[in-house]
Amino acid sequence: MRVTCTVNGTTRTADDVWPGESLLYVLRERLGLPGSKNACEQGECGSCTVYLDGTAVCACLVAAGQAAGRDVRTVEGLAPEGELDPVQRAFLQTGAVQCGFCTPGLIVSVHDLLARVPKPTDPQIREALAGNLCRCTGYEKIMDAVRLAASSAGTETR
Amino acid sequence: MSATVHVGLAATVTGGVGASPLRPDGRLKVTGEFAFSSDLWADDMLWGATLRSPHPRARITELDLGPALRIPGVYAVLTHEDVPGRRLYGLEHVDQPVLAADEVRYQGEPIVVVAADHPETARRAVKAIGIAYDVLDPVTDPEAALHADRAPRVHADRPNLLRHVPIRRGDPHAAAAVVVTGEYEVGMQDQAFLGPESGLAVPADDGGVDLYIATQWLHVDQQQVAACLDLPADKVRLTLAGVGGAFGAREDLSMQVHACLLALRTGRPVKMVYGREESFFGHVHRHPARLRYEHGADADGRLVYVKARILLDGGAYASSSGAVVANAATLGIGPYDVPNVVMDAYGLYTNNPPCGAMRGFGAVQACFAYESQMDKLAAALGLDPVEVRVRNALHTGDRMPTGQLVEGPAPVAELLRLVQSKPPAGAADFPPGGTANTTRGEGVVRGVGYGIGIKNVCFSEGFDDYATARVRLELIGGRPAVLVHTAAAEVGQGLVTVQAQIVRTELGVDQVTIAPADTAVGSAGSSSASRQTYMTGGAVRAACQAIRTRLLDRLDGLAGELRLVDGQVRDADGGTVADVAELLGDEAIEETVQWRHRPTHPLDPETGQGDAHVQYAFAAHRATVDVDTELGLVKVVEIVTAQDVGKAVNPAAVTGQIHGGTAQGLGLALMEEIQLVDGKVRNPSFTDYLLPTIMDMPPMTVDVLELADPHSPYGLRGVGEPPTISSTPAVVAAIRAATGAALTRVPVRPEHIVGV
Ligand code: FES
Ligand code: FES
Repeated sequence: MRVTCTVNGTTRTADDVWPGESLLYVLRERLGLPGSKNACEQGECGSCTVYLDGTAVCACLVAAGQAAGRDVRTVEGLAPEGELDPVQRAFLQTGAVQCGFCTPGLIVSVHDLLARVPKPTDPQIREALAGNLCRCTGYEKIMDAVRLAASSAGTETR
Repeated sequence: MSATVHVGLAATVTGGVGASPLRPDGRLKVTGEFAFSSDLWADDMLWGATLRSPHPRARITELDLGPALRIPGVYAVLTHEDVPGRRLYGLEHVDQPVLAADEVRYQGEPIVVVAADHPETARRAVKAIGIAYDVLDPVTDPEAALHADRAPRVHADRPNLLRHVPIRRGDPHAAAAVVVTGEYEVGMQDQAFLGPESGLAVPADDGGVDLYIATQWLHVDQQQVAACLDLPADKVRLTLAGVGGAFGAREDLSMQVHACLLALRTGRPVKMVYGREESFFGHVHRHPARLRYEHGADADGRLVYVKARILLDGGAYASSSGAVVANAATLGIGPYDVPNVVMDAYGLYTNNPPCGAMRGFGAVQACFAYESQMDKLAAALGLDPVEVRVRNALHTGDRMPTGQLVEGPAPVAELLRLVQSKPPAGAADFPPGGTANTTRGEGVVRGVGYGIGIKNVCFSEGFDDYATARVRLELIGGRPAVLVHTAAAEVGQGLVTVQAQIVRTELGVDQVTIAPADTAVGSAGSSSASRQTYMTGGAVRAACQAIRTRLLDRLDGLAGELRLVDGQVRDADGGTVADVAELLGDEAIEETVQWRHRPTHPLDPETGQGDAHVQYAFAAHRATVDVDTELGLVKVVEIVTAQDVGKAVNPAAVTGQIHGGTAQGLGLALMEEIQLVDGKVRNPSFTDYLLPTIMDMPPMTVDVLELADPHSPYGLRGVGEPPTISSTPAVVAAIRAATGAALTRVPVRPEHIVGV
């Protein structure tokens, strides 16, 4: 089948999509956007988190067909080419990135959290990120990154 | 062969040794552009998939590939008969089939590999293969495996005992006033890196193959793949693709040979990516262990003797079990000074999943047992748990049970006092069970526990452990610039940052590029055993020093203490003597250095005596928990930890390692276990194999000591593993303190706490 949707502001079409393919597969393997990661493909790790019509979802759980005609935004589309979103910058600056496999999904989840709750408390941060696994950092520096992004992000547009 | 493959990185780093510059790969990682091994793509590539045994032990009686071959889009279906070279591989013993021939020895063992033009087609082809088994009773109990009359051989040609390491020190019959005994069990933990096993094999015009792969050690992969393909090593070229975590699970081969076989057979690039379930079957795990300890002490709590027996289940193939057994034995009484030791550690073959390297490598299992024993001893004597540890703490100049002298700083007592001295934890963010729990605090009790551990750094027992670095200093755009080329695997730990920091410190050059790691340069050894900053760092430093010598040789007649700073040659008073750019001119200076740590020695096979280890590293933890005693739920409220790192080459990366290692130890204490029934894995998914989430992890306080080791580069001590070792016993001790439950097994389950 053919699937057409808006990805990071551009209309994109994937041909020959199999019925079982997920949005994650189409993004990674058909549209050349491998930024969203595939750590479990079961909705358990959050490494594939993307926006679908403005809501953060696990792309591995969205059938490709369900994304047809809708608006998808991935980690690749958070900032203009060559620039970083404040959340991305905060992850970089606080050392919240080790292997980086969890990072794209976490960044989209944090981006979403701060859009809804600009100044989250620590428990709010933990609750919002409970679905994003990271095996490397023990989450301490991820907490630092969110706090930093929340403190610096307020005035900048996202 | 035209293929578009994007790997590697080239970026500049500012900041030398002791600073925390940003990771050069960080920007790519936050934007999603960093190419992990599962992101690789080549024109015209095929997808590989693997048929695996559903049985832990069986004979293959029928195999019909026809139905798979007939599926349109399938390009190759290969078995053991298609392996042109050696059909076995392995790190210590070459005992593991590339593809099973007529017998399978663990659930998940690969039997057939398939290449097709769509991953789903490949998976369907795997399902279409006709296969029949004669199912046999698996050997699943390591205790039974130890006795020839209680279990059949897992491998017909050798006994089930893989390795026995005995250690004898002092009087084996020493007696003591106070004796505590205990039996402990450690479940099978998984490394659970997030980036699945994956890679891309591209056939080359010269009949060889180029493999882009996430691994911990390119050259040990290269050797094994070349032997299996029957190709010379120079025709099997490996390049490190982005690695999504490792923790030991990428030391053994997974899909490396399979992808190369398929690529060479089809003449097309072949990509293989394991799904999460397959990943649980695709790599070795942490050895489950049964441990029996007896500690004897005098009335003051000074240890008189320790007797211990450690049984490690190695599973179906050897992997690195031999070295794990040696670690468990040699580090098995912990960082304590004990005059009399009787230790026996055993590794066994069974039909359980193969076990091998995981962060902590044998030291983890022993630490849970010996630290539980120290708490028991404290209770028997009415002493504070930290006090009893401090009274027995290892010091510089003491000897390990192997007779090895402890040289350099051994701040065991200091680390314990440091974590003990921190103010008590405040209130928890969440009650045990999280926000969904209905408890109002009535059954919630608090406890505090301690743990300290010891780990060897680098490879041991006389292994020829070296690292290679090629460093080139030249002018680029009129400015001095350095290119560093090694085969060292960046697995997330920050090695790329550290290499550039060392160059900056040694050569005073800002502009440093780290070339992609590949096999075009000599081996760096493994990114394991907490060794890479020590080893590849040491090699990079040595190469820089050789370059500096050659550069300064150009300053005819000028001797004395000269340093390279900010692109200049400076004398001892800081005065500028020459400009590096001018001195260098058009002539680049390149040095390739193979660097070794001081030699180690094998253990005596009967007494376990010998200087087997290069360096010891220590970390201590204090854990505070809230326990809901009715539901058996635990909330770790806070973790305080302290570690001696000799020299923090990159302080931010050091704390990152300590945080992450501590989290993995917490996971083993509370939730992480591959559950086996009759040799079969019951929980191969992130739904059922639980990892610590951000809700499970508490805030952590980290203290870093920098007590230089006189033998190592910059005085540094390996950092990655120690934090994983002592956090487990600290968390369990805290639960015991809160509840009084005995808790002799990890991970602790709610039923162990409520006692049903
Ligand atoms: S890959 Fe989608 S949640 Fe793990
Ligand atoms: S940085 Fe490796 S999984 Fe999070």
